[in-house]
Amino acid sequence: MSLTIKQDHRRFKQIVRGKIKKNLRKYISHGEMLGRKGKDIVTIPLPQIDIPRFKFGPKSQGGVGQGDGEVGDVIGHGDEQPGEGQAGKDPGEHVLEVDVTLEELAKIMGEELELPNIEPKGKKSIESVKTRYSGIHTTGPESLRHFRRTYKEALKRSIASGNYNPKNPIIIPIREDKRYRSWKETRLPESNALIILMMDVSGSMGDEQKELVRIESFWIDTWLRSQYKGIETRYIIHDAVAREVDRETFFHTRESGGTMISSAYKVCKEIIEADYDPSSWNIYPFHFSDGDNWSSDDSRMCTELLREYLLPWSNLFCYGQVESPYGSGQFLKDLKESFSGEEKLVWSEIPDREGIYQSIKDFLGKGK
Amino acid sequence: MPKPLTARLSTLKDKIEGYANEFGLDFFDQVFEVLSYDEINMVASYGGFPKRYPHWRFGMDYDRLSKGYEFGLSKIYEMVINNDPCYAYLLESNAEVDQKTVMAHVYGHNDFFKNNFSFEHTNRKMVDEMANHATRVRRFIDRFGLEKVESFIDCCLSVENLIDQHSPFIKRRSSPMEKESREAEREKTGGRSEVPRLKVERSYMDGYINPDNFLDSQRERIEKEQDQERCFPEQPERDVLLFLLDHAPLERWERDVLSLVREEAYYFAPQGQTKILNEGWASYWHSKIMTERAVEDHDIIDYATAHAGVVSTAGGQLNPYKLGIELLRDIEERWNKGCFGKEFDECDDMTARRCWDQGLGLGREKIFEVRRLYNDVTFIDTFLTPEFCVDQKFFVYEFKEKGNRWEIVDKQFKAVKNKLLSMLTNFGQPIIEVVDGNYKNRGELLLSHRHEGVDLKRDYALDTLQNLCMIWRRPVHIHTRSDDKGLLLSFDGEEHSEKHVEEP
Repeated sequence: MSLTIKQDHRRFKQIVRGKIKKNLRKYISHGEMLGRKGKDIVTIPLPQIDIPRFKFGPKSQGGVGQGDGEVGDVIGHGDEQPGEGQAGKDPGEHVLEVDVTLEELAKIMGEELELPNIEPKGKKSIESVKTRYSGIHTTGPESLRHFRRTYKEALKRSIASGNYNPKNPIIIPIREDKRYRSWKETRLPESNALIILMMDVSGSMGDEQKELVRIESFWIDTWLRSQYKGIETRYIIHDAVAREVDRETFFHTRESGGTMISSAYKVCKEIIEADYDPSSWNIYPFHFSDGDNWSSDDSRMCTELLREYLLPWSNLFCYGQVESPYGSGQFLKDLKESFSGEEKLVWSEIPDREGIYQSIKDFLGKGK
Repeated sequence: MPKPLTARLSTLKDKIEGYANEFGLDFFDQVFEVLSYDEINMVASYGGFPKRYPHWRFGMDYDRLSKGYEFGLSKIYEMVINNDPCYAYLLESNAEVDQKTVMAHVYGHNDFFKNNFSFEHTNRKMVDEMANHATRVRRFIDRFGLEKVESFIDCCLSVENLIDQHSPFIKRRSSPMEKESREAEREKTGGRSEVPRLKVERSYMDGYINPDNFLDSQRERIEKEQDQERCFPEQPERDVLLFLLDHAPLERWERDVLSLVREEAYYFAPQGQTKILNEGWASYWHSKIMTERAVEDHDIIDYATAHAGVVSTAGGQLNPYKLGIELLRDIEERWNKGCFGKEFDECDDMTARRCWDQGLGLGREKIFEVRRLYNDVTFIDTFLTPEFCVDQKFFVYEFKEKGNRWEIVDKQFKAVKNKLLSMLTNFGQPIIEVVDGNYKNRGELLLSHRHEGVDLKRDYALDTLQNLCMIWRRPVHIHTRSDDKGLLLSFDGEEHSEKHVEEP
């Protein structure tokens, strides 16, 4: 049975989504790296839907409170009015922190960009087991004893049995009183996906260019994570030589020197060969560069690597070219020449922050 | 769907009802329904009703409540509606001791709804009425589209608080019949009504009893009244919603929507006016019934935890449950001991006051009287004492621009009482009335804010004007004060404007 309130709830969410939707461009282009610490929750500031009324300005009002404290004591700071909801600082904009899980965020993004859901290859499913402490049992190891619950039980028993002496409140738990934390196992079927992010860090890629890559990869990562349960991400940076790095290095290194794109594709090939069997993994390589390759020989080598190995293995190979004052952008032209009509290869140009939005759509709009 | 009470709960209900009767509570028939957590969240979002008209703000409340519940931050314990029979809801997953406490609490509310004067004029079949409203609005939505109806409801809700909460008790305006007869009278006398003279038995006394200056002042008064009648509205109108209903150029469905929003606002108003007293009364009774009758040995800890949660004042907050129950107990004790009246008031000896006891035992009787004849404002105004204020550690806080923080500024009885009363008066809302429905003789609407020291929140006021304009369909204005200067805020359908003027 569905409750009538669900309609209102859906309506409210649509309105809220509408707000997020309008702001989504802003989020992407302003590149707010949203907190991903702890469990996958990000906090998005969002205008609260408050029906305007004639009412008093809050700060001129004050109020009455109750509790310890003398005249002059501080009971709250800034915008938090003690004992009331929070009010925004700027007139007109009431900010309510809405927790949106990454999953919801991805959904919003999916709706906004009209991204199709991905059909996973699903050749092999791996089950993962998750355990969480979520319940209370009457048996268990002492190390998991729940002190408060045990005490409560013991207290109840001694009062009910009349042994409790308020003047000498000693509570001794017996075996029946003891309560233990218990856990639950959940099994999740998984289809697996691998994201390989490759970035050109040669001298011609400035901070601004890398920022673009950073923002775009965050949103791509978010979307793919909403589509696959188990997902792995590997990072490769390259100038004239390529190497695999961790996430931190990927986003923060600045190297200099020439550019040999083939080096990155080689490392990419090696990673896949070593760890990921293309028949059971959904593979998404992304490559970002300013398109300024060292030589046309090298570009030819890239074409070969792509045609022979990377494209057949991947669900989608994405090449994003960021505009830089130094880059010639030649590589994109080469790709277009060699691979016109190739479905698995998607390219996109990212001139500036606004371009990220379109670029994500280009990359993920095919539902592969 | 609500489930019938289990046999166990049914037994409990009979027991608690028995105790409530024994203590002299007088209530409507009580119906309990057991709901699951999402159902109770729904009903709570609907303000306690099983059915309301579709509107997103209920969804917003539901979102907050259900998230709060799911993350373990909050739980709804009790909910009860002013209706005959009185409906209340029990959360299915609550422990038995909680259910008992809730039941006892509910009988307190029920008794209060039935007997407190504020509720005298409320619709006691509101459950049905709300369902009717829902049907009506749904029909409009089917006919005119969700967007359109919803937007109009948003506008109505924007002015929902502009009602005259005393109007159910006072006759504010003369009926059309009376007006008619007055006008007919005036026509007979050629447009000028005779100045009424005081009755004189001996004609030579006439000059003394009805001296010329008296007659002049009477004449002036009558002329003023006649002028007033030519005004529109004759008297400043507090019930802005009613004025809009009567005079705004609305379509039929819009008028209907506005009228049901107004009806619901009036239904909920007394609950806002008696929050402290009502919750205090219910808490007093759940505490009394539980501790003196219903609680069993194994319940006591859970009961104490639950009760402590209800009356907690964590974080310096003012808790209406706490304030209400403590003040009622204080009254009971004072009337038991005779701590009232001339003799007590005039006693300056603090020790004597503290030890005062005449053994009158009138406490219980007194609090029953209080629950019948008082609302929050009069309750606080009459019964708050300096001793109580100190015992309860009340303080007044204010915002200090310097340091950008809230600070305790006063702990004196007088300051606390004044602040409490001003927070409660008119639900802590600004007093706003229609002063001219034909402003500048151009059919524009002029409202006036009776400024009592606190400015309006400007951005909200501007947006509200915009919504009001959607209803009035002509430019709207509100006269208020800001930084001690008169201020006229206007919206002409296109843009806002403001200017500083003392008189509109």
